[in-house]
Amino acid sequence: MYEGAIQDLIDELGRLPGVGPKSAQRIAFHVLSSDPSDVKRLAQALTRVKELVRFCTRCFNVAESDLCRICRDPRRSDEVYCVVEEPKDVVAIERTGEFRGRYHVLGGAINPLEGVGPDNLKVRELMMRLADGTCKELILATDPNTEGEATATYLALLVKPMGLNVTRLASGLPVGGDLEYADEITLGRAFEGRRAV
Amino acid sequence: MYVRGLELVDFRSYERVVVEFGPGACVLVGPNGVGKTNLVEALAYVATLESHRVATDAPLVRFGATRAVVRCAVVHEERELLVELSIEPGKANKARLGRSPVTRTRDILGALKLVLFAPEDLSLIRGDPSERRRLLDELLVARQPRFAGVRSDYDRVLKQRNALLRSAYLARKTGGNRGGDLSTLDVWDTHLAQHGAQLVRARLDLVAALAPHVAKAYAAVSASRSDARIAYSPSFPVPDASSAQADIEQALLTALGEARKQEVERGVTLVGPHRDELTLTLGELPAKGYASHGESWSYALALRLAAYDLLRDDGVEPVLVLDDVFAELDVGRRERLAELVSGASQVIVTCAVDDDVPRALRGARYEVGGGEVRHG
Ligand SMILES: Nc1ncnc2c1ncn2[C@@H]1O[C@H](COP(=O)(O)OP(=O)(O)O)[C@@H](O)[C@H]1O
Ligand SMILES: [Mg+2]
Ligand SMILES: [Zn+2]
Repeated sequence: MYEGAIQDLIDELGRLPGVGPKSAQRIAFHVLSSDPSDVKRLAQALTRVKELVRFCTRCFNVAESDLCRICRDPRRSDEVYCVVEEPKDVVAIERTGEFRGRYHVLGGAINPLEGVGPDNLKVRELMMRLADGTCKELILATDPNTEGEATATYLALLVKPMGLNVTRLASGLPVGGDLEYADEITLGRAFEGRRAV
Repeated sequence: MYVRGLELVDFRSYERVVVEFGPGACVLVGPNGVGKTNLVEALAYVATLESHRVATDAPLVRFGATRAVVRCAVVHEERELLVELSIEPGKANKARLGRSPVTRTRDILGALKLVLFAPEDLSLIRGDPSERRRLLDELLVARQPRFAGVRSDYDRVLKQRNALLRSAYLARKTGGNRGGDLSTLDVWDTHLAQHGAQLVRARLDLVAALAPHVAKAYAAVSASRSDARIAYSPSFPVPDASSAQADIEQALLTALGEARKQEVERGVTLVGPHRDELTLTLGELPAKGYASHGESWSYALALRLAAYDLLRDDGVEPVLVLDDVFAELDVGRRERLAELVSGASQVIVTCAVDDDVPRALRGARYEVGGGEVRHG
């Protein structure tokens, strides 16, 4: 245990995902020995991200205004939506260059162990977006693991009465993994080979 | 197949030890508590990614150390493969196969095929059904490693489904009229039935293949006339042992539907392969509760020998490990067992005194003691 401010910083860093106590300590001492202007930039980036970044009111991707960059882009198709768990999945799919439609970010997956059900996700919002009938195909691009598959099945059953074309990414993605870790080529192929569910 | 070398670092009682083995019989001798089982436990862990003694990894790491490493050179059809496993409790284990890291530890399953018989195996006969399910699933994975994935998918779905049932149960109990959010239960049912049916279908096939070997091995070990028969008993009505996977899936789905009210009341999944049983009978009687001590021992041994025979029939002769078993057997059984296994490509035997080991198995001798293993 250190005293005061340095221990406070270690504790805060240790709360971040993927940062263990040893890394937290290393980062804290790195900050301590850094140039004050560098530290100020980091601190500003941290506060600005909370002040400036919001969630798109339509698709719940990260945005700097009411609508995200993708929802504002008039060249993209309104006839196909891709449903993902997290904003980072949008980034992964954008990298493949295979998709020119719109997204819908659920904010997670159904996970009873962590107390997450459909009510905790942007499911109702998705249903409202689909209600106007513009969208013709829904691509379910939740993670290829237990929770992602369950979420995809749930959504497929839910939208079935609407008569949409519902597809799921092709297999070939590493099972049990995160979408964000799939490389562009694998993810691109999975997009191309999507199948009806 | 045989293990040519084993190196342990901070595994159990060993700080560091290297043992060179050869094919044929290898006998590890030493008084109780010197670390003989620790050696074969490491081999079994490489083969199954589980210990036959403990359910968690922490006791496998030498007290005071943070991680254990097991390296093992396996010779199969004259080619040597190096398997390395690093065990760090609280973190994901890491593994290498022939010096390249594997993406998932379970990718090493199948590299070393091994059948271990140990005193703990008495619980195969006397213990909970979970012991017998573990026997089946271990063998399933040894034969077809992809079932490690099926098992873990099933377990994960089961865990999620139970969590959902439990929260619904708690919501009811605390009077909340929400009744928990059960809207997704149908989804979990479909996924449970999908993965569950795969597992049940595979276990049924396995039991059908294993049964004749068990009968034969029991007769050979016990020199008795009573029949040892094994049968798979599902926890839900499966039309018959040759039902197609799709029909089993439908049957499980129906059973889940019928059990739902009760499941919500109790907050747990009541049907599925996690509740199935491998029934063991001896003559007309169930082995559990009826077999004598000697009969139970012979039965447990017969199950392991049958597993060994089955794997060998598949085309790869596994390594056989007999951990401290001769002291428990009478002279007749000892001699018969020795005769049955003396032709194996490798048999690793542990014992406290040389005299316990029948002459037919007295091959290379290793003295275990003081944290070391000496050949000769
Ligand atoms: N994690 C551990 N760290 C240190 N010693 C251990 C550990 N686990 C077991 N041991 C020691 O190993 C010994 C048991 O070894 P074992 O291989 O079971 O003996 P045996 O030769 O009778 O088969 C015990 O003395 C126990 O204290
Ligand atoms: Mg022992
Ligand atoms: Zn948007």
